[in-house]
Amino acid sequence: MSFLKIRNLSVVLRGTRHRLLRDVSLDVAATEVMGLVGESGAGKSMIGKAVLGILPRSAQVVSGTIEMDGVDLLSMDPRRRRALIGRQAALIPQDPLTALNPSRRIRPQITDRLVDILGWDRARANTRAEEILHEVHIAAPERVLGSYPHELSGGMRQRILIASAFAAEPRLIVADEPTTALDVTVQKQILKLIHEMQAQHGTALLFVTHDLGVVAKICQRLTVLYGGLVVEEADVRAFFRAPVHAYSRALLAATPRHSDPDADLTPVPEAVIAAVQDQVLAADRSWTHA
Amino acid sequence: MFLRRFLTRIATTLVTLFGVAVIVFVVIRVVPGDPIAMMLPPGATDADIARLQALYGLDKSIPQQFVIWLGGVLHGDFGTSITTRQPVLGLVLSRLPATLELSIMALVIAVVLGGLMALTGTRLRDTRTEGAIDVANGMALSVPDFLWGLVLILMFGVLWPVFSISGRVSPALVPQFHTDFFLFESVLRLRFDLWLDLVGHMLMPAVALAIPLAAIIGQLLKQSLKETMHLDYVTLARTKGYGENHVITHEALRNAILPTLTLIGVQFTFLIGGTVIIERLFSYEGLGNMAIDAVINRDLPLIQGIVLLFALLFTLVNLCVDLLYAVLNPRLRHA
Repeated sequence: MSFLKIRNLSVVLRGTRHRLLRDVSLDVAATEVMGLVGESGAGKSMIGKAVLGILPRSAQVVSGTIEMDGVDLLSMDPRRRRALIGRQAALIPQDPLTALNPSRRIRPQITDRLVDILGWDRARANTRAEEILHEVHIAAPERVLGSYPHELSGGMRQRILIASAFAAEPRLIVADEPTTALDVTVQKQILKLIHEMQAQHGTALLFVTHDLGVVAKICQRLTVLYGGLVVEEADVRAFFRAPVHAYSRALLAATPRHSDPDADLTPVPEAVIAAVQDQVLAADRSWTHA
Repeated sequence: MFLRRFLTRIATTLVTLFGVAVIVFVVIRVVPGDPIAMMLPPGATDADIARLQALYGLDKSIPQQFVIWLGGVLHGDFGTSITTRQPVLGLVLSRLPATLELSIMALVIAVVLGGLMALTGTRLRDTRTEGAIDVANGMALSVPDFLWGLVLILMFGVLWPVFSISGRVSPALVPQFHTDFFLFESVLRLRFDLWLDLVGHMLMPAVALAIPLAAIIGQLLKQSLKETMHLDYVTLARTKGYGENHVITHEALRNAILPTLTLIGVQFTFLIGGTVIIERLFSYEGLGNMAIDAVINRDLPLIQGIVLLFALLFTLVNLCVDLLYAVLNPRLRHA
């Protein structure tokens, strides 16, 4: 049984009929790593935001359901939904430099959820904070916990954010391009760390990325999006062996390879783009929502 | 490091005060109007005038006068008021507490009002309420403090007389105070009967001073709060399960308040300047009221003393703001 179950989710630009997500359906099993791939604007981040209830004000859910552990989030009272998401899910944000509050020390930024939302006592939360920083290989947790974000490096801050996401033992984590903002040398370590933490804690992971290489490394299944439409959903191994959709094939062909870094990049052919755009238009034609 | 910055600050403050002293000293002697002429009856002889000028040292050149005056100031002697024949320092210090209390009360009102407007406006952003707050802000901002003073006098002093609109405290109560800090003293001694009478007198002038500042605080703080609400750490806090109110007060406010704090520092000095007219309007016995009398009477030593004290106040306020800024912004502490 899947932990996260999205059915026919449509999100529009508020006040218009322009869809940002087009009848997206998606399942993530407990302990599964699902990759969400697509170009910029394909709606991959939007799905993660909708799940966590942090869609921008300009976006509005118009239809569909998002079930977390069998409970439909969208029909819940907002206050209860927030608390449920806070207990069951977490976010690993994209940019570690802006995702920590500059005027608060690290400790409260990790323990606040444990104390306020999960109702732990402070001592237990503090112990947990130290423990989880150890897990992400931070050598001096005491010192780091007492620091302000500006005193720490980008890589260190991303470790803290990963630790913070896992601290409350959520059942689902949304990682929104967690390595994009990092230095290339740090990217690999962080990716490995997320993979390692996910395996240890058995957390379901929704991994948003534009990098198919990353998907190959850590995901079990993936969903390819174009224009807010799910183009293909597949097992990762099967996908890399033989992608079904023409757009997926083109996307895979466009991915640079480490084995042959000098090879020319193949852009996605225009015919393929035209075909997938037709598919998007067809989806909108059959969309009956008022 | 910190000590060095502090000492540099003191040094610049002294230079500033010296500059202010020079300017005031020269200007009030250059502009037309002669204190001696104000003191003597019509028909006084030239000899009388010369004697009086010599008595007050006004027969010497301006640089000479300045050196004499400055020498006195450095020894704590600010001269003697021409009109009251009392030492300037004592006069000024006896009025300072009244003005300080009024200014601080106005500041508190402005911060509370402006803060509430900013928080409410941010909480209800993109709604009609935010629009209403913006309109109210615009109105508060475009009318100067002395006009608010007149409006308040008309409304709560004349049409619906609930507040006293004249003086600092009911004259009969004055002997009950041991210090010049009436408001602080009444709180410390838990004399809430006195406190109530004081607030009844001070509230209207304080509100008049506070309204424009409240509007500025409300506008700027709301602006920075709204910008902060889009930042990643605020979004992250939402995913943790926190609602709008918590996110505003615990994540956004502390960061958003920094630009407002700088502005409050600058605007507070304007507010102190505003006491001059407001005190006159409400017959409030403070420094500002005294300053106007001093100017009317050409009481040169008194004007100098008051202006120097105002300048000192302004620089102290700025110093306080800088210190507070360093406390609130951890990125500055180690820099």
